[in-house]
Amino acid sequence: MLSSRYVPAPLREDRGGLILLGLLAIAAVLLPVLALVVPEGSAFHLSPYALTLIGKYLCYAMLALAVDLIWGYCGILSLGHAAFFSLGGYAMGMYLMRQIGSRGVYGDPVLPDFMVFLNWKSLPWFWYGFNHFWFAALMMVLVPGVLALVFGWLAFRSRVTGVYLSIMTQALSYALMLAFFRNDMGFGGNNGFTDFKEILGFDLHLNRVRVTLVVATILALAASYVFSRYLLTSRAGRVIRAVRDAESRTRFLGYPVESYKLWIFVMSAVIAGIAGALYVPQVGIINPGEFAPINSIEVVIWVAVGGRATLFGAALGAIVVNYAKTYFTGAFPEIWLYALGALFILVTLFLPRGITGLVRSSKEQA
Amino acid sequence: MSDREHILYLEHLTVSFDGFKALDALTLYVEPGELRCIIGPNGAGKTTMMDVVTGKTKPDSGTAWFGRQLDLLQMNEPDIARAGIGRKFQKPTVFEYLNVFENLELALAGPRSFWQVLRARLSGEQRDKIERVLETIGLAEKRTTLARTLAHGQKQWLEIGMLLMQEPELLLIDEPVAGMTPQETERTAELMLSLAGKHSVVVVEHDMEFVRSIARRVTVLHEGRVLAEGSMDDVQNDQRVIEVYLGA
Repeated sequence: MLSSRYVPAPLREDRGGLILLGLLAIAAVLLPVLALVVPEGSAFHLSPYALTLIGKYLCYAMLALAVDLIWGYCGILSLGHAAFFSLGGYAMGMYLMRQIGSRGVYGDPVLPDFMVFLNWKSLPWFWYGFNHFWFAALMMVLVPGVLALVFGWLAFRSRVTGVYLSIMTQALSYALMLAFFRNDMGFGGNNGFTDFKEILGFDLHLNRVRVTLVVATILALAASYVFSRYLLTSRAGRVIRAVRDAESRTRFLGYPVESYKLWIFVMSAVIAGIAGALYVPQVGIINPGEFAPINSIEVVIWVAVGGRATLFGAALGAIVVNYAKTYFTGAFPEIWLYALGALFILVTLFLPRGITGLVRSSKEQA
Repeated sequence: MSDREHILYLEHLTVSFDGFKALDALTLYVEPGELRCIIGPNGAGKTTMMDVVTGKTKPDSGTAWFGRQLDLLQMNEPDIARAGIGRKFQKPTVFEYLNVFENLELALAGPRSFWQVLRARLSGEQRDKIERVLETIGLAEKRTTLARTLAHGQKQWLEIGMLLMQEPELLLIDEPVAGMTPQETERTAELMLSLAGKHSVVVVEHDMEFVRSIARRVTVLHEGRVLAEGSMDDVQNDQRVIEVYLGA
């Protein structure tokens, strides 16, 4: 085992986290080798299809981490995190659309295809700046963050908690979905964005660009994990858990409970947004279906399956459940939803602390 | 009556709820460092008196002063708590998934805003203070134990410890030994006695054995007024007290 001297404070006594980070480090080295160095005929070669799947799972793992941060540690059950994920994705999608330039079907140098199709003459004001990556990157963080700040400020200040808050987050995501479905919103309506060509001047169809994106996702997931641990092992992290377990007692000690909830909600939304931004160039499409309420609920299932209030369990749960989903929807498409429902029920009944609860000692929990 | 310096002055306090007088011109003084027990039958006004002192209930008339400087009736609950009056409720509420040390850490006086607390680190002095409180409440061995695994009595002591972290001058403690085992009750009595002197402690309790084991001075409330005040023996031999409470 690693000597604790070499481990930064937030990761001390976090065996599961160290294992997760170790696996990510191995993946960051191994995946490029398997995809680029190992020849295509070999049994160990990683196909672009498999690589994209892995990248997708890693983005979901980040989203699950974001949900665990607020649900597991602060007791806020958000059923709207797919909205923050999608907004980050749309910000990235707008950048990628602008990068297509005159290579679109209609060949317009400025307007994306769907705008030409809708007979628009000029770029709407909210598309300005998205031709610059730095601006788009800022928006991937700011748009989910500011939405969470405004929504959270209103909800927490009015002391909306529990199931009512969950319903409001569902409504938020649903409202955004309906809005993004409208053609005149300027986000491509129900088709969303697709047919991307380049990111930062690199061809998105090249294998090494795909590999780079997967490695970037691994780094982002690792960074989100370490950041979340830093947050949770600080005194503020202990206040956040205190809010979860005895909210009014925490308030009685003089802590402004609403502001703690608000900032953790915002941080969680930003992580979800970055995950969405990394997701879009890898899967090659973003459309309003991503806002669907069911998506947010699925994230909660991943977290519950992996083990709530562990962070690494949430990431693991996202990967395991999505791998199962890929397998089942391929092999037995008609039973996947039943399998997912059964999984959730079984985990709730028999593994209240998730898969990771099977191996965790009682001292490590919470 | 009060030419001596007191820490708590309650004079002619009256509180009525829908015509029922919970407090009826109650007058009560507490001295610095004193350990005072308040007893009385249900509805005698014990809890209402504490509610007035901590700012939860505003009286219809009367005055309530903390020392000679602070008019409690002009202050709200958080102000009163900050000024140095700590109250322990009957039901213990500790943070179940934090350990004993962390529970005390969160109760430590200091910054409360998110961004300040995020960067807060314990100073050596603060660490010592937590250690002292751990010794006082007898949970030094349990510092890394999750609060949820503590016994009922230990949770009560931890909560008293959380009050002590804020260094209150006056501690109001509501039924500390309810539901405790005889051994826990005994330990609690020792704890109460060790707190007196450094703090003024007002204990409301039903358990007569417990009151007898700690009280130097007992106040008997009845129908919102002070019925008798004095040593446990004086009080127990007081004819009026026997009639309304003890002898009944």
